[in-house]
Amino acid sequence: MNDSGNVTAPDDLARKNGLAMLAQMLLIRRFEEKCAELYSGGKIWGFLHLYIGEEAIAVGAMRSIRSEDAIVSTYREHGHALARGLAAGPVMAEMFGKTNGCSGGRGGSMHLFDASRRFYGGNAIVGGGLPLAVGLALADKMQQRPVVTVCFFGDGAVAEGEFHESLNLAALWQLPVVFLLENNLYAMGTAIERHQSRTDIHLKAAGYGIEAAVVDGMDVNAVESAMAKAMSRARSGRPYFLEARTYRFRAHSMYDAELYRSKDEVEKWKQRDPIHLWQQRLRQKDLLTDTELEAIEAEVMTQVKAAVEFAERGTWEPVEDLMKHVYAPVTT
Amino acid sequence: MTKSTYRDAIKAAMREALQNDPRVFLMGEDVGRYGGAFACSRGLLEEFGPERIRDTPLSESTFVGAGIGASLNGLRPIVEIMTVNFSLLAMDQIVNNAATLRHMSGGQFTVPIVIRMTTGGGRRLAAQHSHSWEVWYAHVPGLKVLAPATVTDARFMLGAALRDPNPVVIFEHAMLLPMEDEIEVVGENFNMDRAAVRRAGDDVTLVTYGGSLPKTLAAAEQLAADGIDAEVIDLRSLRPLDMPTVIKSVAKTHRAVVVDEGWRTCSLAAEISAGIMEGAFYDLDAPVVRVCSAEVPLPYAGHMEDAALPQTTRIVAAILEMLAHHE
Repeated sequence: MNDSGNVTAPDDLARKNGLAMLAQMLLIRRFEEKCAELYSGGKIWGFLHLYIGEEAIAVGAMRSIRSEDAIVSTYREHGHALARGLAAGPVMAEMFGKTNGCSGGRGGSMHLFDASRRFYGGNAIVGGGLPLAVGLALADKMQQRPVVTVCFFGDGAVAEGEFHESLNLAALWQLPVVFLLENNLYAMGTAIERHQSRTDIHLKAAGYGIEAAVVDGMDVNAVESAMAKAMSRARSGRPYFLEARTYRFRAHSMYDAELYRSKDEVEKWKQRDPIHLWQQRLRQKDLLTDTELEAIEAEVMTQVKAAVEFAERGTWEPVEDLMKHVYAPVTT
Repeated sequence: MTKSTYRDAIKAAMREALQNDPRVFLMGEDVGRYGGAFACSRGLLEEFGPERIRDTPLSESTFVGAGIGASLNGLRPIVEIMTVNFSLLAMDQIVNNAATLRHMSGGQFTVPIVIRMTTGGGRRLAAQHSHSWEVWYAHVPGLKVLAPATVTDARFMLGAALRDPNPVVIFEHAMLLPMEDEIEVVGENFNMDRAAVRRAGDDVTLVTYGGSLPKTLAAAEQLAADGIDAEVIDLRSLRPLDMPTVIKSVAKTHRAVVVDEGWRTCSLAAEISAGIMEGAFYDLDAPVVRVCSAEVPLPYAGHMEDAALPQTTRIVAAILEMLAHHE
């Protein structure tokens, strides 16, 4: 019910949810754009892999992921982290390398972790998270917890042995894992036709006895629906494979000269920018006005600005503490 | 005191852990129906059931990674990698996940996984099945590495490893499996991080670990007949290395020989030698001698493999030569 005691009409709910998803996608987009700026400005170092263009997947999928479920991700995980609810400040601070970063400044862009949100990173080895996801799910199943582990990975990981081993084991032991492939058509600089003998990757899942679906990763609503089904299946106690087809509008990382794809191809995919598509859909349904959009953009920029300030305010870890976090203390 | 084989001691350790802690489970290739490739888990499947004794597909990377994931999430897995030779397939999970998750996350996670592996050569299994990779694991901050060389340590190190919140890798030398001995009564001061003096002596310090301990003790006995009194130190823990115990011994004997089944180049013996140089330089009457495997992939033919591996005769010869040249 809303404040005046009326039952909330479906339109209101659709509007609320629709605007929320738009705001989340915009937050990720503006956050990533700011990261690119800060990287060039020497505030962020190392490797930076931007999620620009793929926002609909993190945001749409997260709608069905509960707080008690687990998430394993990749080095392109800023979007997942923000959609999961990690505050923008600690995420930005982590990339600055400050102590108020979500990994204490020890991890950086590729290693965002949050134990309180069951966010298990942030993994820099392609395919390295899949076995972890299998184990997390195994432990939940063995302890009879009705939770799901969601494992995000890219098309590059499909070529690694771990992909095949993990799907096989998850199916064999009937583990509650959603294997969520974000197929952006490139494994760094290698197009999928050049690294996969069969490019309809979701079809591989059938080879392991895992139910699979493919979804347009640029359509946040479609992703939401597809993921709702995926989570429901996994929650009943078996693995599920969801391929979300997407595209990254920026380079693989900040070092990438993008020699391997044409500017035309990028422009073509930008016509299907998930944020623009969603804005259009909301407007079509009279669920978004210009004023509202402006307000959302302004709010997002405030959050991003606040995140940068939070990061700037953070302190550097004293070098004397270098040897911390290597071993957990042994308690007798 | 009960007598047991090293193999049965391992099994007893696993049984005790499975009985006392419902979070513990065993996972690996052929640990269940086959009874364990080295018979260390025979009967456990029948006793504890398939939920807790899990036969895995031949997927080292994923079942080790799954063990890591399970250990992050409330359980205490014992992951058995059939031999150290196959562990190379799981190196990424062990080094990039088990050893580093705590650090990368700024201390948010612990990874209390125990990984057991059979190690070593001497069984005519040729190059791919005879490795001693202890040094590779001992190199990695974030891991703890154990090498039980006695039946007592085989019996109790596993329990200590399971109580440790860090990832622990335990190397069980294949040649030790049938070894029979008394299981000592151990108290609360049982540790998994300190070396043990297995034989006291004044003339030379022999430092070793794992499968080389019996050969080193045999060498000490032979030397005793020549009036040379050797002190034998069993390292027990390879990471952390208990250098203080080694240094204390060398300060007394002024001579050190390290016996290590790994290849000589970049070996654990090299690490120990450096440590002795750093900690006991002015106490040494002679350079540290290393007795290691020859720089060759281990051959199949028995006499060739024997020639490649450290043997009692080679250990004795090395010590006699050291004494002859540095009186």
